[in-house]
Amino acid sequence: MDLQEAAGSIRRDTPKVKLESIAKPMIDASAAAPLINVEDLDFYYGEKQALKSINVEIAPKKATAFIGPSGCGKTTLLRCLNRMNDLVLGTRVTGSIKLDGKNIYDPSTDVIQLRRRVGMIFQKWNPFPKSIYENVVYGLRIVGINNRHFLDEVVEKSLRRAALWDEVKDNLHKSAADLSGGQQQRLCIARAMAVEPEVLLMDEPCSALDPISTAKVEELIHELKDTFTIVIVTHNMQQAARVSDYTAFFYLGELVEFGETGKLFTAPEKRQTEDYITGRFG
Amino acid sequence: MTAAEKNSHRRKRLDSLFGILGLLATCVGLITLAALIVQLAADGAGRLTSTFFTSFPSRFAGQAGILSAWVGTCLIMFVTALAAVPMGVAAGAYLEEYAPKNWLTGLIEINIANLAGVPSIVYGLMALGLFVYQLGLGQSILTAGLTLALLILPIVIVATRESIRAVPAGMREAALALGATKWQTTRDHVLPYSMGGILTGIIIALSRAIGETAPLITIGALTFIAFLPDAPVKPEFPFISFDWLMSPFTVMPIQMFNWVSRPQQEFHLNAAATGLVLMVMTLVMNGIAIYFRYRFRKRIKW
Repeated sequence: MDLQEAAGSIRRDTPKVKLESIAKPMIDASAAAPLINVEDLDFYYGEKQALKSINVEIAPKKATAFIGPSGCGKTTLLRCLNRMNDLVLGTRVTGSIKLDGKNIYDPSTDVIQLRRRVGMIFQKWNPFPKSIYENVVYGLRIVGINNRHFLDEVVEKSLRRAALWDEVKDNLHKSAADLSGGQQQRLCIARAMAVEPEVLLMDEPCSALDPISTAKVEELIHELKDTFTIVIVTHNMQQAARVSDYTAFFYLGELVEFGETGKLFTAPEKRQTEDYITGRFG
Repeated sequence: MTAAEKNSHRRKRLDSLFGILGLLATCVGLITLAALIVQLAADGAGRLTSTFFTSFPSRFAGQAGILSAWVGTCLIMFVTALAAVPMGVAAGAYLEEYAPKNWLTGLIEINIANLAGVPSIVYGLMALGLFVYQLGLGQSILTAGLTLALLILPIVIVATRESIRAVPAGMREAALALGATKWQTTRDHVLPYSMGGILTGIIIALSRAIGETAPLITIGALTFIAFLPDAPVKPEFPFISFDWLMSPFTVMPIQMFNWVSRPQQEFHLNAAATGLVLMVMTLVMNGIAIYFRYRFRKRIKW
């Protein structure tokens, strides 16, 4: 049995010690330099501390899942990664998040540029009330790209990558609002990909989708891992197990455990993690 | 009858009593309005000929018309809209999208809401001091337009803010997450999606301005004008002229006021006819507002 398989297989009867000993060096072996380093991050909504001294590394071109019960801070952390929390009044951040070694909370950071490198998919799909075409090209139009030929290419490429092209190719100029929920979410993914970000943040992208649409989006995430670094927040532990390479478990604003997904789900080091993934609370 | 039945009977009686009271209250409002319109129409309809619209005021009631009044009203509304709309929408958008939320913006907000309730004659006094004397704009169409613009500015701001607030936060997040600036988000999404409400607010505000009399009398509107302002478009170079802005003016409600204050009955008929025209103008504006609201609601689906 090779290491990958061992770490990935869900076998609760395997003795803990043994699995750990195989899985531990794996992380170090496969770890290219992390793309994002979260270091000692504290986050406050007013007086309330939502994140407590978080340290996480996000590996490039892998999917990292944030799991944990509601209110544990996983979405807050996700929204720190592209500074969407800047929009929320009365928030405060200490510590640092380094993207390629540069702290994104440094005053010199261009937030506009940051968000082009770190795209985001939201829990509730939010296509603009415009045509499918205009939705996809919006990120290009705002930087002044209006070349029709180029935009056409981007639209096709992005929609193909989002596995939506075949369903909408004849209706590109129809309103995005006429699509189904699952299609709208995939349109939002296409829109985010059109600006060629390095990282895609996904905030419970499937929580409002039916199982078939969910399966499509998950399949998509699998394919996108080759091109993008993906960070996904999910309530659904099977989903985290299916799509992610690394998983971070949060509880009450703290990072309880972080590690390779296969290991975290089969041989968690912490009691709280085990209780949560086995459904004893949360 | 059991106690429970009695109790239920009594409560039901109160229920229907309120129904009747409410209906009465509604009827008082409606009947008054209907009576007013019927009265105006009965008095004024006879005077509504084409010459009424193309004649200047006159000593003779039968020959008098509202040409200078409706031209004045239209020009002033034009100036008012030109000044109040960009300013009001910009201020509303700034307060919603840009301004930090602190005690200062809180204070500004309260003040804007209160400004909408300041009696219009107070605006007239302020305009007399500022526009007429300080800035030397005289008793002109420009002064009148700017005065009314200030008067309706709070209404436009409040309407803009309210319709902007109705735009889902997800739209802003989607745009910002793609690397759009605040201005691009506002220009491409927030304003277009709230345009229906903003337009409605603008038209409601203008239809309030169109009936204003007191501030215009304060800044020195004439009550008898037998000439038109200089034409804005000229046959010779440079083809466009702004002299009309400095021209003296009268407006429909002032013309009405002038006629009503005369002893002769015939002039009162003229006033009624003018009132009818003014009312139709207002109703048409409100109609346009409703149409806009309907169209924009239909066009935008989340």
